[in-house]
Amino acid sequence: MSRTSRTRRARSAEAVARILTGGAALGVVAVALFVLGYIVYNGIGAIDFTFLTDVPRDRGREGGILPVIVGTIWVTTATAALTLPIGVLAGIYLSEYAPRNLATRAIRLAITNMAGVPSIVYGLFGLAAFVLTAGLGRSIIASALTLTCMTLPVVITATEEALRQIPQDLRQASLALGATRLRTIYKVVLPAAAPGIITGSILGLARAAGETAPILFTGAVFQMRRLPEDLSSQFMSLPYHIYAQVTSVPGWNRTLVWGTALVLVAGVSVVSVIAALWRSAQRRRVKW
Amino acid sequence: MVTALLLEREGAAPLGAPHMHVREAAEVATRDEASSTIRGSFSLTGVSVAYGRDQVIEGVDMEIPPRSVTALIGPSGCGKSTLLRCLNRMNDELGNVTVGGRITLDGVDIMGKAMDPVELRMRVGQVFQRPNPFPMSIYDNVAYGPRTQGIRRKAELDALVEESLKGSALWDEVKKSLKKHAFELSGGQQQRLCIARALATKPEVILMDEPASALDPISTQQIEDTIAKLKDSVTIVIVTHNMQQAARISDQTAFMLRESLEAPAHLIEIGDTKKMFTNPDDPRTESYITGRFG
Repeated sequence: MSRTSRTRRARSAEAVARILTGGAALGVVAVALFVLGYIVYNGIGAIDFTFLTDVPRDRGREGGILPVIVGTIWVTTATAALTLPIGVLAGIYLSEYAPRNLATRAIRLAITNMAGVPSIVYGLFGLAAFVLTAGLGRSIIASALTLTCMTLPVVITATEEALRQIPQDLRQASLALGATRLRTIYKVVLPAAAPGIITGSILGLARAAGETAPILFTGAVFQMRRLPEDLSSQFMSLPYHIYAQVTSVPGWNRTLVWGTALVLVAGVSVVSVIAALWRSAQRRRVKW
Repeated sequence: MVTALLLEREGAAPLGAPHMHVREAAEVATRDEASSTIRGSFSLTGVSVAYGRDQVIEGVDMEIPPRSVTALIGPSGCGKSTLLRCLNRMNDELGNVTVGGRITLDGVDIMGKAMDPVELRMRVGQVFQRPNPFPMSIYDNVAYGPRTQGIRRKAELDALVEESLKGSALWDEVKKSLKKHAFELSGGQQQRLCIARALATKPEVILMDEPASALDPISTQQIEDTIAKLKDSVTIVIVTHNMQQAARISDQTAFMLRESLEAPAHLIEIGDTKKMFTNPDDPRTESYITGRFG
């Protein structure tokens, strides 16, 4: 009798747990779909040839967003070019070379703190350090340096984590064959960790591409008729364009602003999805 | 195949072999002059190992003759693997490990400045407890060591890969699929691939750290057969928990024991395997072998 009731209670608790966890998961999917659907629904009407190839007209109420797209590509590419080498090298150092001592602990603490700094603070820092002190002026390079400070901890952590996933056995095998530590890293450890490093880095860069605060004071402008010419140019950017339209253009064009958001989300998603697909293809091949 | 290995090892072939660096060829020449006998013998005198301040091995004297199988046996934690790692200086990689005493390979002190650990490890290969092929093709796994030595010519690599895979008795199973990813092989095949990978640098000695402990009985049998064939051409030092295995495959057995957690491990007895398993000198060896502890 008591056994039956205990079984029944256990079974109903199981059912409740299943509904709660499943409901939460479903809720997340619903929110994601809702946000995505809302952006597509509101923005799809703006997407046409003119929108993607024209410059903004009438302060952004008409015309297109070509300089905005190109500016975002410029600053994100520059950020990637700065962040990836520094971040991957630092991650390699922490995972493969760093001794277990106070200095290493300090480096890790610094990285954790860097990740915790709010992006507007990076914007302020970028203005002071890169725009004014370093004399770079408001420019793509000043913004890219600011975004690099913000993205570095993500790339370093992703690299370190990916390298730690590689079994110690593999490093030992390579060293035991007479390979140096350097050769072991670039022939065995890095190739095996590459999918993790690349996925993590792309997520970090996608966040950088969508940030407004760090570029606000360091190089993003409201209106540009021409495309940026080099790293010292000022630039327009998708997130900043949305922010500027909504806050400073009376009678802003709803459709065009949602269209801008759609382009930003689509661009970031396409890159992330490609990274995820590539990673899962690698996973299927390589199991530990 | 074994004959081929033998010929190449003993005859003039290594001197003239095109893949050898000049420096290496010169060393081979001097080594050959120094001991015209067969290469691949270790001599340990008063070897001790400490992890930080913790002395784990003390006073090990051991002679490892060339082209023989020496088994290291003893209970878990008695320092067998640590002693094995002294022989290719893999303890250097762990940090915080100090090795004392004297270890010579064919008369040359391997802990001295004269010996570069990278060169030592090409002469003393290692096979690990769990199969650990690199995440690359079968071919690239075996070619990894030779490529590290600077061999680039495809014909030469092809020959080394074939010879090494034959040496580990894997060739017939993989000769048609050398481009296949190593992870597609079974556990036993992967371990034989790891043996082939170690053979490809043409080592004089191969260290094996419980190479069959993660494998099923049939794969274990194949590894043991491989070892029996290999000892015609290389010296093998094998750590094993399996005493039947030690009795089956080794010529000489060394029994190590750490009598308390505070005391370092000692070499209790070393001798001819048949004698060690039938009539050991030390009562501790006898009680371990008969299964009274460990």
